[in-house]
Amino acid sequence: MSPVRRAATMARSLAGGLSFPWRPAPVPTGADPVPAVRGLGADYDTSWARRYPARIARAAIIESVMRPTMAVIASPARRGLDRLDDLDGPVVFVANHHSHADTPLLLTSIPEPWRHRVMVGAAADYFFGNRIASAISALTIGAVPIERTKVGRKSADMVRDLIGDGWSMLLYPEGGRSPDGWGQEFRGGAAFLAIKCGVPVVPIHVQGTGRILRKGRNLPRPSRTTVTFGDPLVPTDRENARAFARRLQAAVAALGDESTSDWYSARIRAHAGTSPGLTGPDVGAWRRAWALGNRDRGSRRRRRRWPAL
Amino acid sequence: MTGHLAPRPGFVLDVDRNSPPIVFHHGEGFRLEKLPAGRSRVIYPAEPLEGLPDPDGAIRHALLHPIGDSEPLPALLNPGMKLTIAFDDISLPLPPMRRPDIRQRVIEAVLDLAAEAGVDDVHLIAALAIHRRMTEDELRHAVGDRVYDAFAPDGRLYNHDAEDPEGMVVLGETPHGEDVQFSRRAAESDLVVYVNINLVAMDGGHKSTATGLSGYTGLRHHHNVHTMRNSRSFMDRENSALHASNWRMGKVIQDAGVKIFQIETTVNNDTFGRSGPLALLQKREWEWSTRDRMQFLGMKSGLEVMPTNAKRKIFSSWQAPYALTSVQAGEIEAVHEVTTVNVYKQHLVSVEGQTDVLTMGLPYICPYNVNSIMNPILVMCLGLGYFFNLYRGRPLVREGGVLIMSHPTPWEFNPVHHPSYIDFFEQVLADTTDPIEIERKYEKQFAEDEWYIHLYRNSYAYHGVHPFYMWYWGSHALEHLGRVIIVGGNPAAVRRMGFQSASTLQDALEMASDVVGPEPTITHIKNPPILMADVT
Repeated sequence: MSPVRRAATMARSLAGGLSFPWRPAPVPTGADPVPAVRGLGADYDTSWARRYPARIARAAIIESVMRPTMAVIASPARRGLDRLDDLDGPVVFVANHHSHADTPLLLTSIPEPWRHRVMVGAAADYFFGNRIASAISALTIGAVPIERTKVGRKSADMVRDLIGDGWSMLLYPEGGRSPDGWGQEFRGGAAFLAIKCGVPVVPIHVQGTGRILRKGRNLPRPSRTTVTFGDPLVPTDRENARAFARRLQAAVAALGDESTSDWYSARIRAHAGTSPGLTGPDVGAWRRAWALGNRDRGSRRRRRRWPAL
Repeated sequence: MTGHLAPRPGFVLDVDRNSPPIVFHHGEGFRLEKLPAGRSRVIYPAEPLEGLPDPDGAIRHALLHPIGDSEPLPALLNPGMKLTIAFDDISLPLPPMRRPDIRQRVIEAVLDLAAEAGVDDVHLIAALAIHRRMTEDELRHAVGDRVYDAFAPDGRLYNHDAEDPEGMVVLGETPHGEDVQFSRRAAESDLVVYVNINLVAMDGGHKSTATGLSGYTGLRHHHNVHTMRNSRSFMDRENSALHASNWRMGKVIQDAGVKIFQIETTVNNDTFGRSGPLALLQKREWEWSTRDRMQFLGMKSGLEVMPTNAKRKIFSSWQAPYALTSVQAGEIEAVHEVTTVNVYKQHLVSVEGQTDVLTMGLPYICPYNVNSIMNPILVMCLGLGYFFNLYRGRPLVREGGVLIMSHPTPWEFNPVHHPSYIDFFEQVLADTTDPIEIERKYEKQFAEDEWYIHLYRNSYAYHGVHPFYMWYWGSHALEHLGRVIIVGGNPAAVRRMGFQSASTLQDALEMASDVVGPEPTITHIKNPPILMADVT
């Protein structure tokens, strides 16, 4: 191989991100996960990331790095912030999840007083696999490890303590990024926590981040995004975690409808139970991709019009 | 405000030698005036009442539990119906409130129920009668982006057009021979929902629809000198000929089969905020902290050297943190009774006896110059119309007394918003200032002027007849008072309106003594925040 071709291959490899053996191989489906190293994964102690030096550093990163970056690559339109006007105290934010761009976008979209007092539920097996990644995750986005591969009380207890201390949580109830651009069924964890802690849940719909950095890509591509905040939801007395999770999913789906059509049409469909679902049609892969193209065209934002004279 | 547990009611301060100078509003500025001890009093407004803890919950409760002879809103909605939601325009509240505006909260709650019922044919109308059209930004502020984006792009959210020959209809005549003109869309709807912000006691009731969705053909029957002179005052519905006429018209509208679901809301007196740069305007002068005093001095001297346009820009950007104090919905008259009680709860201040001289400081804003210029006619309307009429029982000043107002009164007009005002000031007032004469000689000509109608319909101009109504608004005061003096006003503009100009309050009081004699009693109405005098 000529030096030029070798250099080009190396450049392509770097541009495409490091792969095995430069980074650990993912655990194949069906194989037992590698036992976590003590002090990592769900055992990682993130309390240092909630002390003032780390909070100041994180605020600086959010405001001086994430915000301008998001402004350039995501040009976000933020809607529905007024729905949080009457809200007070810690809350759980739940959002659909398409991309690694979701978290910085949301951390720069969530308004004060929550913005700098919010922790992000992050997959313990992905973000807390080694000490460096764990420290970076905890410092930059305020990540706390959440177990998604097994049922455990540890994460739940920790999150409950955090909410008790006045921290809000940002959780992705889908459990991971979308594999194909459509959403996934909401799991019950976020709903369970909200019921246990007695805090309201703010549904958020994020539109467009899948085009920036979908799962499997390593280089971002600028695109427009829309973040729509919904009315806070409170679990009713007779609602269990599963039912509340379904309601949360329906609320996020209705917000998705709102961001691609208009508020009133979306409300009519929401009341009639005909909002387009988050998870897409139950058909073959290519037809799902086809249907996604109809829904997510990338430039649906209405142009601002002058009033007709 | 000052750490009190409950908001304090308004009160009357008897001025003595220890009383501090009083802050007078003076357009986009302030004056500090020392009132004569022993014979002066100052009426202070009540502190802001607490807002409702859950405004959205209260709105929903009101829609589901209406007052009077009305079914709950969901029972009035069905899929195939024609629904029209009308709402108050830019003239309410004053100053404009911070987001979310109450109209947005209420309209979203109404639309959510309409969506639940599957109503497709919905129109939203800014019920501005013959006021100027609202711009996109103003509409967005009032109804919120969600509602605007859902309805405006395809023409289902728009400004009322009282001069659209196809869009208006005469529903009938009252027993007094008054034509009842109404929006055709509203008249043909199965249900009209009207969303009010009742800032003062004058607002709401049948006046919302009978005036807001009407035009010159209907308005001329109650917006005239006779009605205004027989409204004592137009802030007191029971004694207001203006309201009596609107109530008659409301009956005709109902008899024509128009079903109206009325929603009325009241806000507290939190005009300038409990903290922030203007908070001191809500405090009593002796309760100012050192910081307040320094802030006031800095603000006052800064404003004195600042160009007028910059000052206007700063003041126009102020948005009041009003809180919702009540919301009621249902049948118009039953709703309005409750609303009036709630408005009075915030505004009424008991005052004993009338005065020889009434003083007032006029602020930078009135209902008709939001994002605009307070021209001399609006100065007259705010002082002699609105502030003078903020009484129940008897006027604060005795018949033949003197009114002293403080305002720069610039000879300046916004040519986009107030084109007919310019001609009214230059042409009509140069001829006469007598309201009866003005009404007889000039009103029809201005009201039917094609150019003014074109500007009203297609630009952002008040209707050609609007300056006449401003002048009539002050006609009760003009008839009642012995003299009107404006402190710090443009002398030429003040003279044009038939008033006298003074450079200082002391000079104005000297001039007043020619009419009311030496050593007159003086009352200062410290407004805004809004108060209404209950004069016994």
